Amino acid sequence: MSKGVLVDMTKCFGCGACTVACKLWNEKKYDEVNKPTLGEQAQLVDINWTVVSKHDVTDKSGHPAWRFAKKQCLHCVDPACASSCLVGALRKTEQGPVIYHPDLCVGCRYCMVACPFNIPKYEWDKSFPKVSKCQMCFTRVAAGEQPACIAVCPNQVMTFGDRDALVQEAHKRIADNKELYVNHVFGETEVGGTAWLYLSDQPFAKLGFKTAVPQESLPAYTWQILSKLPAILLGWTAILSGIYFINKRRNSIAEGKQDSTGGPQA
Amino acid sequence: MTINGNRITFKMTPFRLILIGFSLIFVGIVAYRLVNGLQMTNLTDAWPWGLWIFIDVKLGVALAAGGFTTAGIYYVLGVKKVKPVVKPAILTAWLGYCLVGFGLLMDLGRWYGWWHPIFSWGEHSVMFELYMCVLLYTIVLTCEFAPVLFKGIGLIKVSSFFTSLTAPLVIGGIALSTMHQSSLGSMYVLTLGKLNELWWTMLLPVLYYSSAVAVGPAMVTCETALAGRFFRHDWDAPAMTFLAKWSGYVMSFYALLRFSDLAVRGQLGALFALDTESLMCLLELAIGCVLPLFFFWSYKLLGREMTKAMIVRNAVLMVLGVALNRGNVVFTGMAKAAGTSYFPSAGELFLSIGLLSVGILVYLFIVENFDVFPAHDRYVNTKKEPVQPQGAGCARA
Repeated sequence: MSKGVLVDMTKCFGCGACTVACKLWNEKKYDEVNKPTLGEQAQLVDINWTVVSKHDVTDKSGHPAWRFAKKQCLHCVDPACASSCLVGALRKTEQGPVIYHPDLCVGCRYCMVACPFNIPKYEWDKSFPKVSKCQMCFTRVAAGEQPACIAVCPNQVMTFGDRDALVQEAHKRIADNKELYVNHVFGETEVGGTAWLYLSDQPFAKLGFKTAVPQESLPAYTWQILSKLPAILLGWTAILSGIYFINKRRNSIAEGKQDSTGGPQA
Repeated sequence: MTINGNRITFKMTPFRLILIGFSLIFVGIVAYRLVNGLQMTNLTDAWPWGLWIFIDVKLGVALAAGGFTTAGIYYVLGVKKVKPVVKPAILTAWLGYCLVGFGLLMDLGRWYGWWHPIFSWGEHSVMFELYMCVLLYTIVLTCEFAPVLFKGIGLIKVSSFFTSLTAPLVIGGIALSTMHQSSLGSMYVLTLGKLNELWWTMLLPVLYYSSAVAVGPAMVTCETALAGRFFRHDWDAPAMTFLAKWSGYVMSFYALLRFSDLAVRGQLGALFALDTESLMCLLELAIGCVLPLFFFWSYKLLGREMTKAMIVRNAVLMVLGVALNRGNVVFTGMAKAAGTSYFPSAGELFLSIGLLSVGILVYLFIVENFDVFPAHDRYVNTKKEPVQPQGAGCARA
């Protein structure tokens, strides 16, 4: 069963414990001056696999308020990055995480161009850089545990479980509290669905979410083209060979000699 | 050592000295890049692809389309009047693909693993298909040009062995080119939602392929005009007129498809919105489609003979138009999704310039010493010291 995470952003108060847990578990360096993990400037970079960004909004009663959004790879159900990789260095696992195999990666960075959410980052300052993104603690998930960031959250912002059950849970929470939530589960249908799902009381675009994304799986578009190629290749080769032999024969009849078009030195 | 019974020659000119200078800088930059990685570039997380992917891969492959198109016109369609341009076209395509391969290698972050795709297949990836086709087609081009090289160094039997392979090589080469020329477009199908809708369409593979088939002979025309000036060749009017007509008809098909696609997808409003994207798109269409097609069809409909000036001007316009189109897809169309700007660093610029310089030097060396151009007007050299070409890593691709 494919796992997922439901993030209820109305519960997050921005402590950043999840970002610390992530750094500790994945042994990533800290650079809060240049690459902060928390606050308005927080952004995903090579050493930040998850960040908590702060957003100034207006709450339902019209007062200024803060909202916090935990960001990381969304682990798409049908990931564009995995379909784009020419060596299969990025793979969707059965348990849900989309994971990276650096020993296969050649560093073409097509995954970075392909990702609809601009998640994969690059170690630009290394001689032999790796692609860098959240792995959803796949060794923990495989062992039946929840990812490190979820385990440490003091306010149970995130719920870990089967994705299908979480989608139902999300809709149940919206139905139970219609005044609070925006009637949308971010990640349910975005790019064909993602393992990470979000609930919010604010429009998602205000919390830095990329909302203008296609609602269907992106690799399906490419596959429409790629799946036709073998037939095109065979058909085209047959047609070209046919034209070649017809012209060759026509020439040899016309000139009374053989193979006047064969060979570059002819 | 002799080639075709003559001493090896390489005439030194100021132009060639400048090229050698750029090539030396190039060797230094390559060494620095291989050791220190991509820090010398201005690439960022927002702009993972830059100048090298644009010039060395996207544009290089499109402009090297002259190899498979002219070979197809001559060997498959049996149009004999284009014979004088076939060998030079295959030579430039071969060198072009060697440069593309080397440029791509420089762009790979973990370049030492360049051979991984041969064993670890990402069969759902357009990039995988592109990689395999470019690799195989470079081998095909090497075999297609091999007769000239082996004949030059006196190995006549090896030369005629490769000559006997011509038909399958040419047909296989066209099939492989069809696949990867279109793949350069298919690659961007995955960027739905990121690439501006003026360029994003499911027809990207067809548009890329047809524009490559049109621009290949146009590039051959430009090269022939340039080589003709340097080596004082006669202008072969029947061959060049045929290529101009070929490009004209294929570009008409491309333009028809491009404009209908924009209209069907309701993008004509965006085309005339006069923002950056729309202006760049209009420039691309004006230079690459509207102007050359206007000249082509006005000559055609008035029944006028196409002059050399008109043919070369049309070819230059089409080459510029395709360069603008590829640049717009890589840069202009992706700028909004990136959110920041990108300008190549000096290192990126000089690596691309240097790579091109090496290519030109190798081209000049081969043209001067081997039977590439028809024998009667082959350039006769004054005796000078032999200079070795710096074909750095050509075989790597």
